[in-house]
Amino acid sequence: MALDVLYFAWVRERIGLPKERIETGAGDVRGLIEQLVAKEDRYAAAFADLSAIRVAVDQELSELDSPIAGAREVAFFPPMTGG
Amino acid sequence: MAEIRVQSAPFAYGQEADLFAEGAEGAGAIVTFAGIVRPDHGLSAMEIEHYPGMTERALSAIAEDAEARWQLSGVLVIHRFGRLAPGERIMMVATAAAHRRAAFEAADFLMDYLKSRAPFWKKELRQDGADWVAAKASDEDALSRW
Repeated sequence: MALDVLYFAWVRERIGLPKERIETGAGDVRGLIEQLVAKEDRYAAAFADLSAIRVAVDQELSELDSPIAGAREVAFFPPMTGG
Repeated sequence: MAEIRVQSAPFAYGQEADLFAEGAEGAGAIVTFAGIVRPDHGLSAMEIEHYPGMTERALSAIAEDAEARWQLSGVLVIHRFGRLAPGERIMMVATAAAHRRAAFEAADFLMDYLKSRAPFWKKELRQDGADWVAAKASDEDALSRW
């Protein structure tokens, strides 16, 4: 299946793009990260410390073991700093 | 029903507070809060990034939680994104209730949650470079109060 993967803040800067379409067979967020990290070094740099990464599946905050089957978009970003 | 606005344009804090007060029928107490780009030494601007779509959803969900916990007659959240100069207002919340305690608590709750559960990221731009603002453990800890 294909889904949109979005990156924000320093995750976006390290990977070098805000959004891309990814074909994946991964069942959960962690599987998708493993696929991305295997792609290129810049992904490995962005995902080097998973404790610093937050994820949203279809715009809902999720966890690394959250399923992504049927998801339209998955977003990766650092802890939020609103207000 | 909460009003949520995510925008790059500045907002008129006093005017928004007045309009909110006029619209909050039957309220006996109104609390407003504004967040400002602190004019720290060397800071030339603050760049605020957000996740269009999710931002509005997250803010609406936080406002709904507040409305479920306190008897509120109004909630307003305005949050800006883009490049802001030191001293500019970043965001505001306003809450209206029959009595002050609910209004104060709901405003405090909204602020705690939107700081670490709404998808905004701040970057400080200085003459010698730029840094993403790191989330504070104390901001995450603040959620356990609720």
